[in-house]
Formats: sequence, structure tokens, C-alpha cells
Amino acid sequence: MSSLSTQLASLRGMGLYEPFHQISSWGDTFRGDGSLNIGSSTGAQADTRLDNRNEYASHESMEPTRGEQESSRPFDKIQRRLAQNREAARKSRMRKKAYVQQLESSRVKLVQLEQELQRAQQQGGYISSVSDSSHLGLIGNMSSGIATFEMAYGHWVEKQHKMICELRIALQAQVTDVELKILIENGLNHYNNLFRMKADAAKADVFYLISGKWRTSVERFFLWIGGFRPSELLNILVPQIEPLTDKQQVDISNLRQSSRQAEDALSQGIEKLQQTLAESMALDLMGAGNYRAQMDSAIENLEALEGFVNQADNLRQKALHHMSRILTTRQAARGLLALGEYLHRLRALSSLWAARPHEPT
Amino acid sequence: MERVKQLASERAVVIFSRTTCCMCHTIKTLLGGFGVNAAVHELDEMPQGREIEHALARLGCQSTPMVFIGGELVGGANEVMSLHLNRSLIPMLRRAGALWV
Repeated sequence: MSSLSTQLASLRGMGLYEPFHQISSWGDTFRGDGSLNIGSSTGAQADTRLDNRNEYASHESMEPTRGEQESSRPFDKIQRRLAQNREAARKSRMRKKAYVQQLESSRVKLVQLEQELQRAQQQGGYISSVSDSSHLGLIGNMSSGIATFEMAYGHWVEKQHKMICELRIALQAQVTDVELKILIENGLNHYNNLFRMKADAAKADVFYLISGKWRTSVERFFLWIGGFRPSELLNILVPQIEPLTDKQQVDISNLRQSSRQAEDALSQGIEKLQQTLAESMALDLMGAGNYRAQMDSAIENLEALEGFVNQADNLRQKALHHMSRILTTRQAARGLLALGEYLHRLRALSSLWAARPHEPT
Repeated sequence: MERVKQLASERAVVIFSRTTCCMCHTIKTLLGGFGVNAAVHELDEMPQGREIEHALARLGCQSTPMVFIGGELVGGANEVMSLHLNRSLIPMLRRAGALWV
């Protein structure tokens, strides 16, 4: 390898050659570009031919240019190799330029979207999640974990909508229970995906989740620790899936009660957190206090918030899981449809609310 | 470890907690709501708190609260909540003699 570097260094000195690794990395970025293969593999091929004596084994897969007639004169070899390197370098520069241009235009678009978003927010509006690019929000203030979540959530909502439509069609078409079970499984897994995404987002910025910034305004109105309240959910679903057997009614009633108790305990835990935080922040406002210690203990408190959001999601997940066990296949399918449709309506209401004509003051 | 086992068995329900831990408050509220009179040990106020914390960590407990029912380790908030939604928590408490009704 060191002898190769010496070779390359001397060529670089001639000003005719760009570092090999850069060529291959641009190659990786632009796989689909036809001209790419010639550039990178030729460069590697040329290196191999030149350094055969030094037993340099290139790890790049070689294109079959070996079949070409090779001049046996070293001078010609070097000339050809230099020309190929020039070509590869030129192509690399072109690819880099194209890439940078792409980045620039994306950046301009991003700034435009941010401005749009700000304007809409000032008017008290809501930008529909259908144009999911606008879901990117204010990139500058956002951690990458949250930006990732926002995008993923936009896709999640779109997929959710498709799944709900599928479910509706399946129920109307009276498909078999086996087929319904698959749809139900997919639906539940989709929610599980959301909870996983939220767990990651909570690590990045728990306040983002708790504030409900990622949800529409009407959904935010009903928000409980970063999502829907499980017992409320049951209240919404039950009328949609009747008639229920006696046993089912008892089971659901028990589930609602257990969930209610767990929710209340969690709520009290969060209230205690608020109280503790307020107390430690308010300590000795007039005097010197122990700023460092107060801040440290406050940080500890805030770190606990992530646990609360995770527990709330755990309750949501368990509630869905238990319901799917209590209900028959058909009922579970209707339940999932009802839930999806309900949340969809909340989102639609948010859009309507934002779009309604404002009274001139 | 012996001390942990001893403490864990001295009452039907034993909670290892921390005064600053709000999730502990949640679990205490939940269990208290059922009428359970749990023994609560605040690790940050106990003289041997550190060692007990280490012993609990070896049992697999990463953070407070850590709940023992009938001398057996049940787990943390996650486990307790899940058991309750399962409708398994109350029977467990009853078997351990933590509930009168």
C-alpha cells in the first residue's frame, strides 16, 4: 500500500491526479450514472496494472478492460494511465458539481418552505401533512432525530390512510377472516412502528413529543402525555363494534378500568414532576442559592420525562393489544377502521379549522 | 444481596424508590389506590443505599422503582403497568396477602 501512495504522490505532484479515494466515494453516491463505472474502475484498473510488481491487490471489482491490447512499453502505460486519471478526475469534478448544485437547489426550496410554514403559523393555520415535504419544519432549530421523526411520521400517516382504505374495502367486500387477520396484524404492527419511532424521538427531544408539535391542532387538544388516552379510545371504539357478548363487555369494562387507573397514576407522577421542578427552580429566587445544584436536579427531573412518555405509549400499545384479543376478527377489523377513521377526521377538522375565513377585526 | 432479600420479604409489597423519582410516585399512587400498604425504601435516604442499589442492579433492575410482591421481584414501572392491564396485578397482590378485599 505504501508504494502505491508514493506513486500517487508523484502523480499528484504533476497536478494531474485527484486522490483515488475521492473518485470511488463520488462513485458510490452516483451509482446510476453510466459514466461512473468507467471512471472508477479504470482508475483502479490502471493502478493495479502499474503496481502489479508491488502486489497491490485492489479491493474494487475490476471491469473487463483486461481484454484490451496492452502496449508493453512502460512509457505508453504511464501515458495511458495519466490520461485515464485525467478523465476520471474530470468526471469526478463534474459529479461533484452536479451534487453541489442539487444541494443548493434543495436548500433554496427548504428556505422557501420554512418561510411558508412561518407565514401559515402566524395566521394560525395548519399545513396539511399531505404535502409531506412541508412537514420538515424549522430545520435550524431541530435536531436530526426530530427531523427524521417528522419525515417518518408524515409517511406513517400516509400509509395509515392507505391501510384504513384497504380495511374499509375488505370489510365491505366481506373477505374471509384469514384475510382480515392479516390486515389487522398489519394495522397493529403499524401502530407498533409508531411507538418505536416515538421512543427514538423521545430520546432526541421529549418536549417535542409532549407538546404535540408533530400533530394537528385538534389532535393536540386531546393530547395526553404525547398521544391519545387509552381509556378514551375504548369509549370511542365500543359503540362502533357492538353487539358484544356479555364476556366481552366485562373484559372491555375491566380493561377500561385498569387503563384508567394506570393513566391516573401516570398523570399524578407527571404532576409531581412539575411540582418538583417548579419548586427547585423557584428556590431562592432573590438570593444566591445554589444555581448549579438546582439546575442539575432540574435536569434530572426533565430526563425522567422520557420515561413517562414511554410508559404512556406502553399503555396505548397494551390497550390495543388487549382489545385485539378480546374482540372477534371482524370486530377487531371494525375497531381498527373506526380508530383510524376517527383520527383521520380529527386531522381533517384541523385543516378545515385552519382554512376557515377569518372575521375582519 | 442478603439485605435486599431480607428487605424484600418483610412485607407483601416492597418498593425500592428514590425521593427524587417521580415514576416511583406513580407506582406508589397506583398501588396505594388499591389499598396496598407497601414498604417503601428510599435508596437516597438509606445509609446502605449504594450497596442495595448495586445488589438490585445485579438482579437486573436498572432504575427505580423496583417492586417486590410476595418477596419476588416483579420489576419496574413497565412491568407493574403491564401486569395491571393484563388484569394479573390484583390477583398477584391478593395471593401475596397485600389486599384484604
